[in-house]
Amino acid sequence: MKEFTFIVTDPQGIHARPAGLLVKEAKKYASAITLVKGERTGDAKKIFAVMALGVKQGESVTVTIHGADEATAAEAMEEFFKENF
Amino acid sequence: MLTLQGKSVFTGIAIGPLALFHRNTISTAPRAIDDAEAEVQRFQKARTEAVLQLQKLYEKAVEKIGEEQAAVFEVHQMMLDDDDYIESIEGKIRETMLNAEAAVEQTAQQFADMFRAMDDAYMQARAADVLDISRRIEQQLCGGPSIDFSKYDHVIIAADDLAPSETLQLDTDKILGFVTSSGSTNSHTAILARTLGIAAVVNTGTQIHNDVDGMMAIIDGTTGTVYIDPDQETLCQMTERQQQLKKQQEKLETVRGVATETKDGKKIRLYANIGNPDNLPQAILNDAEGIGLFRSEFLYLENTAYPTEEQQFEAYKTTAETMAGKTVVIRTLDIGADKKVDYFGLDAEANPALGMRAIRICLTRPSLFKTQLRALLRASAYGKIAIMFPMIISVDEIRQCKSLLQNVRLELDNQGIAYDKQMEIGIMIETPAAAIMSDELAKEVDFFSIGSNDLTQYTLAIDRQQTTLDAFFDSHHPAVLRLIQQTIENGHKAGIWVGICGELGADLTLTETFLKMGIDEISVSPSSILPLRQKIRSISLL
Repeated sequence: MKEFTFIVTDPQGIHARPAGLLVKEAKKYASAITLVKGERTGDAKKIFAVMALGVKQGESVTVTIHGADEATAAEAMEEFFKENF
Repeated sequence: MLTLQGKSVFTGIAIGPLALFHRNTISTAPRAIDDAEAEVQRFQKARTEAVLQLQKLYEKAVEKIGEEQAAVFEVHQMMLDDDDYIESIEGKIRETMLNAEAAVEQTAQQFADMFRAMDDAYMQARAADVLDISRRIEQQLCGGPSIDFSKYDHVIIAADDLAPSETLQLDTDKILGFVTSSGSTNSHTAILARTLGIAAVVNTGTQIHNDVDGMMAIIDGTTGTVYIDPDQETLCQMTERQQQLKKQQEKLETVRGVATETKDGKKIRLYANIGNPDNLPQAILNDAEGIGLFRSEFLYLENTAYPTEEQQFEAYKTTAETMAGKTVVIRTLDIGADKKVDYFGLDAEANPALGMRAIRICLTRPSLFKTQLRALLRASAYGKIAIMFPMIISVDEIRQCKSLLQNVRLELDNQGIAYDKQMEIGIMIETPAAAIMSDELAKEVDFFSIGSNDLTQYTLAIDRQQTTLDAFFDSHHPAVLRLIQQTIENGHKAGIWVGICGELGADLTLTETFLKMGIDEISVSPSSILPLRQKIRSISLL
């Protein structure tokens, strides 16, 4: 399992459109990708689950990646977070 | 003539016959079924068709309004493909032998409730998106596509509410505008109407019935007013205003979305003054780059008792969230002088303008002030808030304010409540004392905002309320301009930014003077933003 933690700096947080981009990115990989915010978790491949986390600017999200392509997926997801949030 | 008042979405004026918007009826009444698997198949077929429609809609939207605005339809497709959403619907069909229409509707309401329960105004508004995509499946289940827009030609559409997908299908060559009885100015529908430039008023709170179908109507998007069956005088007036507005807007549209900078590239922050969160759509509509003055008095003026911390917090938070990361400068309570509130129990004064007002009340009643500071700090976690203190005359007053603010920060730290630790703190420069002492004051704060109305009245010793003094009053008096210049220079020496938020900021005959003085930010009423940007872009400082 791979994991990284990210603090969202985008003023709008992860709202609808970026959530869509995130889901699209996560779906490229076979690994299970989960977002953890505090005590709540959400499947990164499910748009409602990602939106329901309501991640805002300044909040920290831990992303865990588990599966066959976890190394590539972790690298790509971390890059994606840096670029978009 | 019937007059309705709603919220403006786009400042256009539309005049034409009303057409009631009819959707094909959808029945989502629960009904028992015998073959669950067949029903699941029926749902899946409708869902696939809905996804395809959205795909086409997305392509159309990219072409019409660009990729960024169109992304909402891509998100809608993802929602229809979401496993949790599908599982919920199929679960209801299989487990309770429920028909697909009812299963979709019940799931839609559950997911919409989830969004409504979120603590963020933007996310709450997403409930409408869930209902929109679900309605698309329901329409498929009830016998296919729904609305025939081709029958609407040169009309104003009247509806309870419009979904984003419906709005996009409106042919702007044929639809003059729309009015809805519900709906929010924050919805994708409202955003689309702005992008497409359709005159629109939402949330009139009045259902429009069949009896007005086909009647003449006027939508005044500048005020949010709708006139149904207008009298001749109103019709003539509005027709004339429509012509004027069209000419003005054609000119102003060229500066929407472009940078506020002079010909030689000096950037100016162009912000809006607002007195109430209800004015936010106006600010956004007019392309404000932030809020330079949020007058917090409305919270006190509209109440019959002191507003609670929660009431204040909600108002500040909504504002910060709606501005989505853009600066929102909130001025702390400025009551007294011409703004009186009974429950404050202030004594009658011989010279109210020189009396117990603004920061003087706050420092005399620290517990009242602390409630506001707590609400402001808590709300700062939800966007980019800056605090501004009014009527300052000395360094000591700023230090008192900062010390109270520090106490509140410690309280919040102890309670583990989040706030923005980098929040900027500034003061109004609206007394001659503050302008003269601005070199000292600048060392204490992150920014100055010049309140030209009071600065003029106090510098010239002329009561603004007394019209008999108009002959003596010179809004361009060199004394005031010198104080402004001095304030800007002193601010810059200390490395802080200086703005202006009084009426002089919108005076286009002074824009060049202020720019030459080095002003960094100008905050004006929303409707003055685009004209001011146009002016700034025509100036060269070289």
